[in-house]
Amino acid sequence: MAFLGNTVRGWGGTQAAGREIRSEDLPAITRGASLTRGLGRSYGDSSLPAPDVSSIPGSALANRILSFDAGAGVLRAEAGLTIGEIQRLFLPRKWSFPVLPGTQFVTLGGAVAADIHGKNHHVDGTIGSHVRALTLRTADDSVVESSREENEDIFRATLGGMGLTGHVLEVEVALKRIPSPWIWAESERVPNLDEFIRSLAEAARDWPYTVGWMDALAQGGDLGRGILMRGRWAEPAEAPVHPPRPKPRVTVPFRLPGWTLNSFSMRAFNALYFRRHPNRTKRGIVHPESFFHPLDAVRHWNRVYGRRGFTQHQCVLPETESPGATRRYLEALARGRLGSFLCVIKDCGPEGEGLLSFPRPGISIAVDLPMRSRTQEIIDELNERVLAEGGRIYLAKDALSRREHFQAMEGRLDAFRIIRKRWDPAGRLKSAQSVRLLGDPV
Amino acid sequence: MRVVALGATRGMGRSLTRLMAERGDRLFLLGRDPEELAKAARDLEIRAGNDLQIGSAHCDLEDPDGFTGALDRAAATLGGLDGVIVTAGIFATQEALEQDPAAARRLLEVDFVRTVEFCEEARRRLLTGGGGTLCVFSSVAGERGRKPVVLYGAAKAGLTRYLEGLDHKFRGQGLVTVCVKPGFVRTGMTAGLSAPPFAGEPDAVARQVLSAIDRGTPVIYVPGAWRWIMLMIRSLPRAVMRRVGF
Repeated sequence: MAFLGNTVRGWGGTQAAGREIRSEDLPAITRGASLTRGLGRSYGDSSLPAPDVSSIPGSALANRILSFDAGAGVLRAEAGLTIGEIQRLFLPRKWSFPVLPGTQFVTLGGAVAADIHGKNHHVDGTIGSHVRALTLRTADDSVVESSREENEDIFRATLGGMGLTGHVLEVEVALKRIPSPWIWAESERVPNLDEFIRSLAEAARDWPYTVGWMDALAQGGDLGRGILMRGRWAEPAEAPVHPPRPKPRVTVPFRLPGWTLNSFSMRAFNALYFRRHPNRTKRGIVHPESFFHPLDAVRHWNRVYGRRGFTQHQCVLPETESPGATRRYLEALARGRLGSFLCVIKDCGPEGEGLLSFPRPGISIAVDLPMRSRTQEIIDELNERVLAEGGRIYLAKDALSRREHFQAMEGRLDAFRIIRKRWDPAGRLKSAQSVRLLGDPV
Repeated sequence: MRVVALGATRGMGRSLTRLMAERGDRLFLLGRDPEELAKAARDLEIRAGNDLQIGSAHCDLEDPDGFTGALDRAAATLGGLDGVIVTAGIFATQEALEQDPAAARRLLEVDFVRTVEFCEEARRRLLTGGGGTLCVFSSVAGERGRKPVVLYGAAKAGLTRYLEGLDHKFRGQGLVTVCVKPGFVRTGMTAGLSAPPFAGEPDAVARQVLSAIDRGTPVIYVPGAWRWIMLMIRSLPRAVMRRVGF
């Protein structure tokens, strides 16, 4: 019998030697540890142990709900509770997790570490602005309460701090009151990039949830064509009376051969996806999972990228003039000629309070890139572009960025380092990613 | 269903009681650690969301004198018992047990003698009340004498046979015995062990077990693939079992 389990992987397939130790007793397994991981849905090496570390605690089994204030909607739970579980339990009671990322398979601890954002970033900000308090195991192994009132420095550094300031043990977060657990959604084709940016801004004025899917392979006048989606929680009168049932899932049973996704098949998929949408606005009630987490319908969808896996480049670019930063970015992407299966575009609101929180005002673009020999080069070029535009990258997606690029983009790094030094003078907390990007010693 | 669960603060028991609480079953928790019991009960209450309180009481498999009192409290709180679930038990690697006779004795006692004593107490109550379901977690480790689980497997083999006997003797009187045989399931109990292929997750396992409880299935392998894996392992000749590592 072949025994597995001595590698830890990110969602995109980046791997590190080491073993994940999961237990219901998160305080016990985090003692003396350098990093905790949740469900490993970050794409690159954010949730991987540093090269000199052989095991990593996993929070997924530490998933008890500790308290829920049914009047104010404030939930306190252990860090391994997932967003999907919260939605399953609380949507029927007309409460929603306030910030929903592209997948529901995210733990509370992971959500805090990446300071996740969602389709409502332009109105509701990142998850950090809804988090009331965190219980952390800090580098000296003590357990510390933190909030805006207590140990505020480590609270802010932990929001978006990628687990490098302490192990998140418990999270207290305010859920959002909703009129019904269903979504009223509208979607329409958008012919090109300028129109896309304009219509995102227009939709942002009236809609709490907006996002765009873009055909990153279309060229010339079609550059930036795609589908704009906007939505809001449905009013009781327009929604079905019964709560949504969990959606059935299909599974990609094994890693597909590496050639399945090539520039031809991706181009065909993107064109088909664009043309399948009718040339008018689609409107109606949709299941919240289909609206917020469409890819969750396919378990292990990362396997379509084969053994070599994939990465994602997600950045946010200040968009001030037209044709602006986003166009230059897409042109740089097209020059890479690697193809992208999926490109998601979203306008961001104001920057959050997390010290390394990703979003800032501008346009966020996320492109999936298969891992090939040229991928590093393309990421480097894209990062040069991001740097030139004054943008930044999202660490939860990153596997390949270079230290010098990241540090040049991240003006807030010194403030983060000061707080890290204060709470972890010996430098015990680190990840494979922090070794790569922050230069943590091994 | 009015159900008392021993050892449900963690692992598969936690997952199973969550499913039961969410569908409206009335639960009472037994376990060793009062703080863990209180947290587990609170978690179940919030998940159930039906304003029903979930009681708990101290009960330790190493303290058989406490069994009667604990089950009394459960029955009194729930107003009777329709089911008893036992997921409690201890595990240690064969190497650790070989080096520590005291730990080996403790494991054999807890996983076999004390568990059977608890089940006997539960059986008497269920039969007195006209019948009910006794769902006990044994293990695939009891299916064949195997190198990594010589002692643990022996205790679980004994437990499995006991449950089989109960089923044969008392099913006609309304006692439904469900013997759950988990293969490798990723819980805190197996933390740090290398997961073999077909390892299961506690939530998925709990769904299978709940369906076995509802149907009164006497024996269930979880995840299901372990039924066929164990069929194969049971049919291997001794000469092969002496050579292989599992």
